[in-house]
Amino acid sequence: MGVSERDRCLLAAVAGGLPFVRRPFAAIGERCGMDEEEVIARLRRMLATGVIRRFGIVVRHRALGYRANAMVVFDVPDADVRQKALRLCDLPFVTLCYRRRRRPPLWPYNLFCMIHGRERGRVERLAEEAARFAGIAHLPRAALFSRRCFVQRGARYEPPLALPEAEVR
Amino acid sequence: MTEATLSDYEKRLLDDFQKEFPLHPRPFAVIAERLGVDEDTVLDLLCELQERGLISRVGAVVEPHRVGYSTLAAMRVPQEMLEAVGRFVASHPEVNHCYEREHGLNLWFVVAASSRRKVAEVLADIEYRTGLPVLDLPLEEAFRLDLGFPLTWE
Repeated sequence: MGVSERDRCLLAAVAGGLPFVRRPFAAIGERCGMDEEEVIARLRRMLATGVIRRFGIVVRHRALGYRANAMVVFDVPDADVRQKALRLCDLPFVTLCYRRRRRPPLWPYNLFCMIHGRERGRVERLAEEAARFAGIAHLPRAALFSRRCFVQRGARYEPPLALPEAEVR
Repeated sequence: MTEATLSDYEKRLLDDFQKEFPLHPRPFAVIAERLGVDEDTVLDLLCELQERGLISRVGAVVEPHRVGYSTLAAMRVPQEMLEAVGRFVASHPEVNHCYEREHGLNLWFVVAASSRRKVAEVLADIEYRTGLPVLDLPLEEAFRLDLGFPLTWE
């Protein structure tokens, strides 16, 4: 389903987040020429149709103590990848899961998931548990733990309206 | 960095309002009522959480490829160049995540823009300005997207 120009304008206006004022949707509306009622109605509709996956507080997990964060990747035969991915999604500690294009020989992996934790050993155990649970423990895999974070912010699909956020290390 | 210490109200804010945030003319008043505090207290708590760098924003997480286009990219960067290249990549407004990771491909970032062409331009600019190849790993199917971060308190 398409997204109208007005919806795009609104998404750009809200990309930097709500201002912390009593009537934040009215303030957002002023930036894109809408009244408060239209802003709320459009956000609700985009949430209902799935254009907006979620609306709410976006946390900085590293700052909150989740510093052992691994992108766990697998090389799963194409015919099986969907079923294995859906199994991974049954695990509450798998926060993201998707299939991406392989780039052999540099990058043979096609199934990606994220596991976050406070402690590395635990994340390694969870990765092993996830692999066994999905029946892919015998397949090639890698756990890419993060080191430095150069930036974490929301996607901006239009020219930025707010200054980039300070990096979190 | 030591563990952030949070009040019970702050924990409840983070637990309950990553999704199902009230789309209401006075959302912070609605939250205040649920927490049993007043609206100004909620505004102060959120300002403070943001100032402390514990939350990024209160806003929309958009489904990929419905409004714009995005991709994940990786580079193999010599260690002595990594800080400079990481900062350069992160300086693009279209780059919204950029991490060093433990792998031969050691720099990973997400590029999101209004069109596929714009994303390709950013990747080409990074390749050109750094002289290093960029591996583009486009999304083929999403099974679970950002639905909020499940926090556990210790």
